[in-house]
Amino acid sequence: MRQRPIWNAYLAGAALGLVLLLTFVLTGHGLGASGAPTAVAAAASDVLAPTATQGNGYLGPMVAEGNNPLNSWIVWEVLGMGIGALLAAWWSGRLRLRVEGAPRFGTGGRLALALFGGIASGFGARVSAGCTSGLGLSGAATLATAGFVFLIGFFGFGLLTGLLTRRMWQ
Amino acid sequence: MILSFGWNGPLSGLVCGVLFGYVLQRGGLGNGCRLSAQLRLQDWTVFNVMFTAILVAASGLYVLELAGLVRQTDLFVPTTYLWATLLGGALIGTGMSVGGYCPGTSIVGAAAGRLDGIVFFVGLIIGVFLFAGIYDRIAPMLTAAAGPEAQTLGQLLGLPVWAVLALLIGCAVAVSWFTRRTGTSPSITCAD
Repeated sequence: MRQRPIWNAYLAGAALGLVLLLTFVLTGHGLGASGAPTAVAAAASDVLAPTATQGNGYLGPMVAEGNNPLNSWIVWEVLGMGIGALLAAWWSGRLRLRVEGAPRFGTGGRLALALFGGIASGFGARVSAGCTSGLGLSGAATLATAGFVFLIGFFGFGLLTGLLTRRMWQ
Repeated sequence: MILSFGWNGPLSGLVCGVLFGYVLQRGGLGNGCRLSAQLRLQDWTVFNVMFTAILVAASGLYVLELAGLVRQTDLFVPTTYLWATLLGGALIGTGMSVGGYCPGTSIVGAAAGRLDGIVFFVGLIIGVFLFAGIYDRIAPMLTAAAGPEAQTLGQLLGLPVWAVLALLIGCAVAVSWFTRRTGTSPSITCAD
C-alpha cells in the first residue's frame, strides 16, 4: 500500500490538544502512559512472588486487599492507544514488522539500546510519578509548574545525551 | 452546568486512548528516529506537536473555566517535587535519546510493527521492578524540595492565566520560527 504522509505538526498538535481537552472534560485528568507498565509490573510481580510484592513499599499498596492493578483507567487507555495507533498505521500504509533504531547498529544492538532506554525511562517515570504524556503534556496543559519542571529536565538532559549520542544515529 | 463528568471506566479509557494513539501515529510520533532526532536538534516535530497540543488544551480549559463549564478544582494538577520531577524527566530524556521512545510513544511505535518499540516497553516494566526494589531507600528523596500543592505557573509567577498563555504562545511561536528550516524533516527514516 502507498504510504500516506504524516500530518502537519501544527495540525497534529491541534488534534492532540482537542483529544486532551476532551479527556479532561470526560475524566477530570489528562492522558498518560507510564501507569500501564507500572500496573503490568505490579500484577506480574503479584503472580510470581505474592509475599514479596505485598510486602514491597511501592507495589504492595497497588495489590492490597485483592486489588487488581490491571483494572484501571490508564490500562484501558493504553490498550486503546495500541488499537488507535494500529488503525492509524494500517490506514497510512505503515504497518509492517521491523526493527528500527540507531543506524550504526544491527538488529541486536538496536534491541539492546531499546531495552536500556526503556529501563531508564520506566525507572525515571516512577521517580517523577509521570512521563512525557502524564506530566509533560497533561501536566503542562493545566499550566502546572510540575509539568514545566519535568519538560526542563526532559529536554535539558535529553538534549545533552542526544547530542552526545549523535554519531550513533548517523 | 459543570462539564467535568468524572467518567473513569473502561469505555472512557478506550475512547480517549484510541484517539490519543491515532493522533500520535498520524503525527509521526511513533517513529523512534524522528522522536530522538528532536533531542539531536535534527527535527522539531516533537516540540511543535507537543507545544501546540499543550497550548490548545490549556486555552480550551481556560475558556471552559471562564464560561463556568469547568472548575479548576475538578482537574488533576500535579505537584512539583523539584529533584524527583527533574531527575525523572532527565532519565526519560536519556531513554529517548538512546532507545528512541518515551513510554507512550513506544506503544505507538510498537503498534505499527516496530519490534524495538515492544522491547522498549518490556524495558519500562523492568525499570518499574528496579524502582520498586530500591523504593524504601530512595523514598525520602522522591518528595524532597516539594513545591506548593498543585501549583500553577500563574501562581508561581503571580500572573493571570491569560498572561501565562500569552507568554507561552510567544515562546512557542518564537522557537518554531527560529527552527523553521529544520521543522518536520521529510528525510527522517530509520529503515535499514
